Amino acid sequence: MTLTVKEARAGGGRTPLTGARRVRPPSRRGSRWTPWLYLAPALVVLGGLLVYPIYQLGLISFLEYTQAQVSGGEPTSFQGLANYAELFGDGQFWQVLLATVVFAAACVLCTLAVGCSFAVLLTRIRAVPRLALMLAALGAWATPAITGSTVWVFLFDPDFGPVNRVLGLGDFSWTYGRYSAFALVLLEVVWCSFPFVMVTVYAGIRAIPEEVLEAAALDGASQWRIWRSVMAPMLRPILVVVTIQSVIWDFKVFTQIYVMTNGGGIAGQNLVLNVYAYQKAFASSQYSLGSAIGIVMLLILLAVTLVYLRLLRRQGEEL
Amino acid sequence: MSGARQGAVRTVRTPRIRRPGRLAAETGALLLAAAVAFPLYWMVLSAFKPAGEVQSTEPVPWTLHPSLDAFRRVFQQQDFGRYFLNSLFVAGVVVIASALIAFLAATAVTRFRFRFRTTLLIMFLVAQMVPVEALTIPLFFLMRDVGDAVPGIGLNTLGSLILPHLAFSLPFAIWMLRGFVKAVPEALEEAAYLDGASRSRFLWQILFPLVFPGLVATSVFSFISTWNDFLFAKSFIISATENSTLPMALLVFFKPDENDWGGIMAASTVMTVPVLVFFVLVQRRLVSGLGGAVKD
Repeated sequence: MTLTVKEARAGGGRTPLTGARRVRPPSRRGSRWTPWLYLAPALVVLGGLLVYPIYQLGLISFLEYTQAQVSGGEPTSFQGLANYAELFGDGQFWQVLLATVVFAAACVLCTLAVGCSFAVLLTRIRAVPRLALMLAALGAWATPAITGSTVWVFLFDPDFGPVNRVLGLGDFSWTYGRYSAFALVLLEVVWCSFPFVMVTVYAGIRAIPEEVLEAAALDGASQWRIWRSVMAPMLRPILVVVTIQSVIWDFKVFTQIYVMTNGGGIAGQNLVLNVYAYQKAFASSQYSLGSAIGIVMLLILLAVTLVYLRLLRRQGEEL
Repeated sequence: MSGARQGAVRTVRTPRIRRPGRLAAETGALLLAAAVAFPLYWMVLSAFKPAGEVQSTEPVPWTLHPSLDAFRRVFQQQDFGRYFLNSLFVAGVVVIASALIAFLAATAVTRFRFRFRTTLLIMFLVAQMVPVEALTIPLFFLMRDVGDAVPGIGLNTLGSLILPHLAFSLPFAIWMLRGFVKAVPEALEEAAYLDGASRSRFLWQILFPLVFPGLVATSVFSFISTWNDFLFAKSFIISATENSTLPMALLVFFKPDENDWGGIMAASTVMTVPVLVFFVLVQRRLVSGLGGAVKD
């Protein structure tokens, strides 16, 4: 009996995805239900606080839902796609969508560039400077988004900040202009998100056999060439993960924009989708429009996720 | 760049020792480390500067008169200590609850084969991508309605912060713990059953201690996302300020006419230090844990 179990296990452990060869732990009453028993708390929490709210979000986006409906003064009425029509007919929405995509793309590119070059740098230096850079990066990583935002705003403060003083910019206000405000937020976002990329890619580089890198160096390859032709291809799985993860994080930036540009900048010039949805819902009580924006975001991120899953599948990742 | 290249070429015979290139790289690394650490240094420094020096148009990167005035202002401001404890409580409950729930779920999806297993795993992955912020609207109404029925988890209570964060940290925690549970050899499980251990005994007395390092690494993420939360605290705690958390207390120092930068920096320091401590404590496990989650 135990022998068969062992055999089934040894083989079954390596047949992923299909589930054709089921491995049964020692037969016990109710063992079929055991995994579901273990999953029950997670499923209850996720069902109630993730799946149900998503359903609600979709529902509200099809209703008329303003302060009157919230307080119960007026009944809710089904609007069909009217909210979406209003949203897509609004020039500001497209402007915010474009700003979100461009801003997120810039953040991702800068984060990856900084994170990867720092990771390569880490492999070329001795323990003490490496530890210094590691600790500094961990500090930036650990800093909460909100305190990171306040500190960066203070650093670039037109009156009391050291940056303007050093650069000789006088009382130039970074948050006044649209692009300089976005640039400031971008700096903060890159500062607090490159460490994840750096640490992960560094761990990946360390896993590459030394001989491969030495052989490349012996052949006279430059550091850039080594990265492009040796490291990057070997790190592809890890790069996919950090890229997608960065896309998802940077697309959802909320706190930084909200705190640094004071709720979306002058006349909403620094709004991104997340802050836009929030302002629509909680500042102007247009809950249905806010929900519609949320659904748009959800769909975009879902598309990114599907690309991610396809890439993972192509790499033959075992789920 | 060209300097580094020359260095690499010149020392082709001993590629591990590139003296000139390495020295430049190390100097660069130290400068970069200083630049990366500078914002944090400036935050702590400004928190200790006397008010006159913080609001000075000629800021200097040192202070000769460190003072605790800003911290005193922060802790006297309303119930800052209470906000701190609230934040700690919310993050603590989320960390413990999500670790336990995720451990059970990760065990289910790695140690058992059952229908819909792959579907569930993909759902957990997809769930990580859901923009939390977009769900603020339905969650707001959910908390309002539930609060009428069940006291303790409605709007204005700490429960309204704990529950959503629990839900949002679970998918990632399960995904990450999977690797750790998988790493425990199956032979161990068989041996335990052969020795007559019950399933729950194996789960809690054998598997749990072995997976514990992974639980620690996972809890960093739950802790940080909860501790950092700004949006839910802002949206769900409306009138009951005694249930506010740190981010809201921080914003008090932003004033329309003149920001109290000393106070902001001191409050930011108080808010950052626990995360830094937590990070440093679990740093090793974090890096190895991430490697596991990414590579596996």
